[in-house]
Amino acid sequence: MAAEMEPPPLGDAGQTDFREIEDGEGFFVSTVTILESPEPSSPDPPSMPAEGISTNGPKQEDISLDDDPEDLFAEATEEVSLDSPEREPILSDGPSPAITPVTPTAMLTPRMGLGTAEMFERSLDELEEDESGDTFDMHIAVSDPEKVGTFNTTSMTIFSKNETTVRRRFSDFLGLHSKLASRYLHIGYIVPPAPEKSIVGMTKVKVGKEDLSSAEFVEKRRSALERYLMRTVKHPILLKDPDVMMFLESSELPRAVSTQALSGAGILRMVNKAADAVNKMTIKMNESDAWFEEKHQQFENLDLQLRKLHASVECLVCHRKELSVNTASFAKSAAMLGNSEDHTALSRALSQLAEVEEKIDQLHQDQAYADFYLFSELLGDYVRLITAVKGVFDHRMKTWSKWQDTQLLLQKKREAESKLQFANKPDKLQQAQDEIKELEGKVQQGEKDFELISKTIRKEVSRFEKERVKDFKVVIIKYLESLVQTQQQVQHIWVWIPIGSVVGE
Amino acid sequence: MLFDRPRAVNVDLQTDATLQVDISDALSERDKVKFTVHTKSTLPNFKQNEFSVVRQHEEFIWLHDSFVENEEYAGYIIPPAPPRPDFDASREKLQKLGEGEGSMTKEEFTKMKQELEAEYLAIFKKTVAMHEVFLCRVAAHPVLRKDMNFHVFLEYNQDLSVRGKNKREKMEDFFKNVVKSADGVLVAGVKDVDDFFEHEKTFLLEYHNRVKDASSKSDRMIRSHKSAADDINRIASTLYTLGTQDSTDVCKFFLKVSELFEKTRKIEARVAADEDLKLADLLKYYLRESQAAKDLLYRRGRALVDYENANKALDKARAKNKDVLQAETSQQVCCQKFEKISESAKQELIDFKTRRVAAFRKNLVELAELELKHAKGNLQLLQSCVGVLKGDT
Repeated sequence: MAAEMEPPPLGDAGQTDFREIEDGEGFFVSTVTILESPEPSSPDPPSMPAEGISTNGPKQEDISLDDDPEDLFAEATEEVSLDSPEREPILSDGPSPAITPVTPTAMLTPRMGLGTAEMFERSLDELEEDESGDTFDMHIAVSDPEKVGTFNTTSMTIFSKNETTVRRRFSDFLGLHSKLASRYLHIGYIVPPAPEKSIVGMTKVKVGKEDLSSAEFVEKRRSALERYLMRTVKHPILLKDPDVMMFLESSELPRAVSTQALSGAGILRMVNKAADAVNKMTIKMNESDAWFEEKHQQFENLDLQLRKLHASVECLVCHRKELSVNTASFAKSAAMLGNSEDHTALSRALSQLAEVEEKIDQLHQDQAYADFYLFSELLGDYVRLITAVKGVFDHRMKTWSKWQDTQLLLQKKREAESKLQFANKPDKLQQAQDEIKELEGKVQQGEKDFELISKTIRKEVSRFEKERVKDFKVVIIKYLESLVQTQQQVQHIWVWIPIGSVVGE
Repeated sequence: MLFDRPRAVNVDLQTDATLQVDISDALSERDKVKFTVHTKSTLPNFKQNEFSVVRQHEEFIWLHDSFVENEEYAGYIIPPAPPRPDFDASREKLQKLGEGEGSMTKEEFTKMKQELEAEYLAIFKKTVAMHEVFLCRVAAHPVLRKDMNFHVFLEYNQDLSVRGKNKREKMEDFFKNVVKSADGVLVAGVKDVDDFFEHEKTFLLEYHNRVKDASSKSDRMIRSHKSAADDINRIASTLYTLGTQDSTDVCKFFLKVSELFEKTRKIEARVAADEDLKLADLLKYYLRESQAAKDLLYRRGRALVDYENANKALDKARAKNKDVLQAETSQQVCCQKFEKISESAKQELIDFKTRRVAAFRKNLVELAELELKHAKGNLQLLQSCVGVLKGDT
């Protein structure tokens, strides 16, 4: 499937072509839009920065935000830029560019249109100004799929200074991750995990169900893929990996077959995972380094608590959605009651109550959305990230174990050699001595590997912790601000008390 | 068990110095609630000016039923009986909590226990309020307040020995209701000459159904609200644990936000409780009252049908010239009955409207004020927390 370098013309927007079913897994191809320096042609009035979300990233100009929220669904550009920039403030830190100033209202309102299929037609056309003086300069935005199975990924790089948009399937993302994992995990690098496959969600979309839940599923996936890419490119080592570069820039990628759930490779992976789990239990490591012991325990605790928190937040999202639905239903009921009330002023008051409740229901919906995308998804990401971290610790154990085994083997060989010394078998002796030399080398290598992975892990954990702190701080503040906004709206809505109008006749 | 005296919020009643009734205390035992009914009166009928008796729910029902069965009161809206005190759900939850005590931390357990106790208390207060409203309505009604049974109820300081209905009586009631509703449909079908009553009939039917719908929907909405508040509670606990475990900078955040959520959760729970009080209870009450009004219309309709039938019978008797006197008397009786009911019914329905409008106005205004107050409280907490956290970054 051809990846397009340019976003398709806006005219295409409006056709949901969910019928186009492609075989194989990875139905979602995200167009990776690579943002470039602003083109002179597009009008780009600066938008105001979001409160509190100021890092030393560059100011991002964004056409969309200046537009009237009513036109939210009128233009392709708006839609997506409101999508991805929202995510960026969460993920990007100092070195990465593009903190899109997002006005609080803009942050919440686009979610209303989740039912519109249009939303997922647009391609990105974001412009970004990179004012960052830092060396790292990458901004990723994953925009909505045009047709089933595609995402547009846009990334801006320092090298090309070009905004490149490529089309990627979901399986491509998984393929990228699998390559990176196989290359870097075992030497101690924390490779961000890719979003999970979801058979149910995928089937719905493939079958062409154009309802709210499949639209939500697409949006969830799009957002997850964007975060995944951003995390990956923020890692200084991973960014330099040729596969990453290729992923972001080349128009065609070889199909990643080995990511299919039920493929041979998939099954092999599962078997390996199981074997690893067994091994882990049998390896008893003499931990000489208290730091690792402590960190390991810390991550275990963190894992437990984050999972718990994630579960609770998911509950909250669910209940808030329920509350929104029930409020809407009550609003209708109150309106009906108002209609049948024969006292005019009271009837009016009841209608007003119905209106108020309708607005409140909308608020609840918005808040549930914020709950989910800000809070819940972050927690989910970190639960998966911590699994990766634990994996890295496990690899260190394995490396140690390998080293120790080699050492033991060497010892045995030495004993055997000394025995042979007295047996007067020159060939065998020579052979033994050669083996010993080889093993000595291996032992040395094993020790080096172990020390290297330990060092890498220390660095990685420290970087991870910094990221984690930043991420959480930013998200927490953002989330609280969403709550603030909701309460402000609640206030505005309830100031309807018709002091005059309900006064009886 | 002492508590703040609940106010009868759903009804806008004139307090009359000649007869004031309230429930000054209530005790919750195993499976019954004992209400202390306190009366202050200047009426000569009573032996003292101020006195109290202890009554249970069944005795309230007995009083209500005696009104309904009294033909003299056919032309009045009988104040709806208070619903039976229902602590089953709350008790179940407390029991489950006790069973699950081992699986949660001490803090969590104490927190949940406190909440359930608060919930129990809230239900308790509500049931007291509803019983009180019933009595106050009776006391405020110009005719019902003079009822003999009512006075006995207020004054007789022994047990009224009103046993609850046994199975057979309950079955009888059930069949009576079936017959009544079938008859009600028949009667309702008769077009009324009087515009006022015809309008009221149509109005009440629709209104009653819509209030029923609104009441159930508001209940559901409030339940969701409570669930969300509970979730925030759990989130606050987990955040607290995270905060104490974390060694990095972000632990401060976790602890602060945990503290914040503890407070906002309480506010959210209060919002749900206030909505329950001002909206859900209001709707439930007017559901019962509109049913009582419908019952009045039914009785009048029944009397009308009887009157018309008696007229027909009289005509027939006159035509046949047989049992004319009997038919005449019977017709007169029906006529009187019908006219008596019609007269008082009209006033009752007008009063009903006045009460309804006043109650809704009061409650909606109070609801809005409370929502605003809570939103402000929430906002303050949230903003101050955000300020602190931003200052820290």
